[in-house]
Amino acid sequence: MLEVTSLPAAPHMRYGSNSGQALTRRDGVLKVTGQARYAADNHPEGLLHAVTATSTISRGRVIRLDVEAAKAHPGVVEVITPASRPPLMADPDWKGHLFAFRTEALQNDQVRYANQPIALVVAETLESATEGAALLAPQYETEPARTGLDLERFAPEAVGVGSPPGAAVGDVEAALGASARRIEASFDTAAQYHNAMEPHGLVAAWDGDRLTIDMPNQAPVMAGAAFARYFGIPPENVLIRTPFVGGGFGSKAILNGPQILCILAARMLNRPVKLVLSRGQMYGPVGHRGQTRQTLRLGLADDGQLTALAHHAVAATSSFDEFIEPAAAVSELVYASPAISTSHEAVRNDIGTPGPMRAPGAASGSIALEVAIDEAAEACDMDPLEFRLKNYAEAEPISGKPYSSKALRECYAEAARSFGWSGRPLAPRQMRDEAGLLVGWGMGTAVFHCPMFAAEACAVLRSDGTGLVETCGIDMGQGAWTALAQIAADGLGLDIDQVEFRSGSSDLPDGGIAGGSGHTATAGMAIDMAGADAIARLADIATADPASPLYGSGNAGVVAREGRLHRRDDETRSESYADILARAGVAQVEGTGRGGRDPAAAQDHALQAHGAVFAEVKVDPDLGQVRATRLVGAFAAGRIINPRLALSQLHGGMIWGVSFALHEAAVVDRRTGRVMNADLGEYHLPVNADVPSVEALLVPEQDPYVNELGIKGVGEIGITGSAGAVANAVWHATGIRVRRFPVRIEDLMMSAAA
Amino acid sequence: MTFSISLAINGEQRTVELDDPRVTLLDLLRERLELTGTKKGCDRGQCGACTVLLDGRRVNACLALAVSCDGGEVVTIEGLADGDELHPVQAAFIDHDGFQCGFCTPGQVMSAVGLIAEGEAGADPERIREGMSGNLCRCAAYKGITEAVLDARERMAGRSERSAA
Repeated sequence: MLEVTSLPAAPHMRYGSNSGQALTRRDGVLKVTGQARYAADNHPEGLLHAVTATSTISRGRVIRLDVEAAKAHPGVVEVITPASRPPLMADPDWKGHLFAFRTEALQNDQVRYANQPIALVVAETLESATEGAALLAPQYETEPARTGLDLERFAPEAVGVGSPPGAAVGDVEAALGASARRIEASFDTAAQYHNAMEPHGLVAAWDGDRLTIDMPNQAPVMAGAAFARYFGIPPENVLIRTPFVGGGFGSKAILNGPQILCILAARMLNRPVKLVLSRGQMYGPVGHRGQTRQTLRLGLADDGQLTALAHHAVAATSSFDEFIEPAAAVSELVYASPAISTSHEAVRNDIGTPGPMRAPGAASGSIALEVAIDEAAEACDMDPLEFRLKNYAEAEPISGKPYSSKALRECYAEAARSFGWSGRPLAPRQMRDEAGLLVGWGMGTAVFHCPMFAAEACAVLRSDGTGLVETCGIDMGQGAWTALAQIAADGLGLDIDQVEFRSGSSDLPDGGIAGGSGHTATAGMAIDMAGADAIARLADIATADPASPLYGSGNAGVVAREGRLHRRDDETRSESYADILARAGVAQVEGTGRGGRDPAAAQDHALQAHGAVFAEVKVDPDLGQVRATRLVGAFAAGRIINPRLALSQLHGGMIWGVSFALHEAAVVDRRTGRVMNADLGEYHLPVNADVPSVEALLVPEQDPYVNELGIKGVGEIGITGSAGAVANAVWHATGIRVRRFPVRIEDLMMSAAA
Repeated sequence: MTFSISLAINGEQRTVELDDPRVTLLDLLRERLELTGTKKGCDRGQCGACTVLLDGRRVNACLALAVSCDGGEVVTIEGLADGDELHPVQAAFIDHDGFQCGFCTPGQVMSAVGLIAEGEAGADPERIREGMSGNLCRCAAYKGITEAVLDARERMAGRSERSAA
């Protein structure tokens, strides 16, 4: 059998000439010049504008809409209501697969949350559609809104996207009872909204029974198939173009009702239609991070060894569907304990269904776990880092599986050294800066799993010596246009400028889901395999051709490098791709590849990325105002394809951690069930001035098990650990344990009075 | 009823017949003049994605009615580069990875250009952070943005010193 590889000898030391290089973004010029075309930038001939009218109540029924007034407004072309909506071929409440969420496409007059679409107005201009929607002046039959977590609980069958609702090892209750010390603490985390800068929107255009959709989407091939069901057309008739996604964070992986309505309007009116949700309208139908209340119970031996860890989470979901923030699951992954249990309950609120939001479960669970661990360290009079090292998991805590790789000790050491942790006083409220502000230092452990989905790619070597690689990859800021092209170039043994990389369109091979921090690994593996397949085909031609210097190298194998095949055992014997193809009279050779997890690797190993984050905050002792001033994180996430882009992901994630601890929360009006701060002025995202000095360090890690490329993923891990580090720093500054996030000024003013 | 307004957009004098007084400067650019580089993130002046220069000042184009800009001079992200040569701020954003998804980037870049022109982008990163805080970035590329503005300011100062010499 022919042995073919594009790798030089040591695969994990240096991979080709492209991967591992800190290239700038290949789409950078398009993005800084305004030429990058996002969905709503499309303006096909004959375009109509649609605006959804959305409910101002959170539970009840729409009893009247002034359709005549809307229709009478100049420019309004059509008003679609439940009474007039043409039929769909599938039920918006259908749940046929894991990523199918129930949604509202005017299937009835019921209102199940505020900001639910209750009509669609289509007009010649955006201004007319907007005013037409306002003229509908809906009247409702209103029922009381169910809000908050103090409601009847139920035991969910699954949490997150199809994950088991709990896990256990040992007898936690017995271990707690027998422990020398016990810590019990309850934590509240707020509902959060993705708030990608690019609003959800699309331009839909029909040509007969063929549908083209320009939309930001994290899983376009899957979405295309779903839209095809609604409109009774074959999946191959749907083309989704999503070259640039203006932020996704999970919210653009799930289909939603407004999308269906826009496509429906385009078909009804036989003209292209654009629909872009307003910022406020996104606090409802496009998912959010569900509110949680978590209870942690820790049992400790005298020496600071964890003997029991119980993590229970209650999470809010909607009245009509389930996405249970899998917050407790993080305790299955981080610290060693002979007895661990995790469990979830849920309550139903009149809200849009929560969904996956950057580090779903892990972010919410991590802040609770890391604060509880800090409390345990405090109870044992131990340094928080020493305590964490004492309870370091040498194998995955519940499953007992060995880690595929785990450079967490190195992360602790590097981040602690860079931060200057060793000078930290054990007791809180010991440090002040020159302005008299209280200074505190805290830390947290970062962990995130590294899943792989399924992806396909195709690679072509052309007679001019250049390459073409295709997969429907998704760039939502993580840098797929660049990182996947780097992998593509290495897979073909070419320089990156010799490879055309096509991505971001659903007519290309399925690049899988851009989520779970698994896209680079999944699509990258498909691309790498496709490259290897193309090289193998080229090698078949060369080694069988008596005129080639590689003739007869079949047993020795060949190596592909810099546009040439070399005989493995005699590198002086080589030939360029172009010469091989030219002599064979072949225009090109094509290879295909698939990416996916090797089931055996997942069976035998725990697959996770790790990190350690250290944070400094300053708190005004008189005003309670708190600022994160400094963060240092070190992360080990397997092979890093592009350090520049990976660091940006990690910095962004760490700032999301700061935001989780100090800034963002959706505030629900208990009387109406509406989010009271459904805009970017009142929903606090970190602005530039809120952002401290942030430094991420990359700890080298070689992992032969996660996948052949050794890639783990960096998109989400930065939040975990960081949120808890900030919260723990607040305690260290003030001596106050805040267990409700985000930390508010009033939580710290109590201490000022004391 | 139509409104005839005259605007200099990226150096080109344009007369626009508007049939609707409700049209914002942002929607005029995006929906009627095919200048879609300027982005709509919130449509209420809270995110800065629509930042353009109007008569040399940074404005949120979503808060300006187009008719109120009659006679004005507008510079958008499309008008910044000189042919293939990027403006120093644009080049610095690429070098410092001052963006991820890129959606807020046109606004960030225009805001940075305005900030530097205002003389408010000193060598102190704190001043830049404050001066750029009207432009949200959910990807949180703030570190790169701040570094890019500092770097661009130095590049531009060096360039003007050279041209003055």
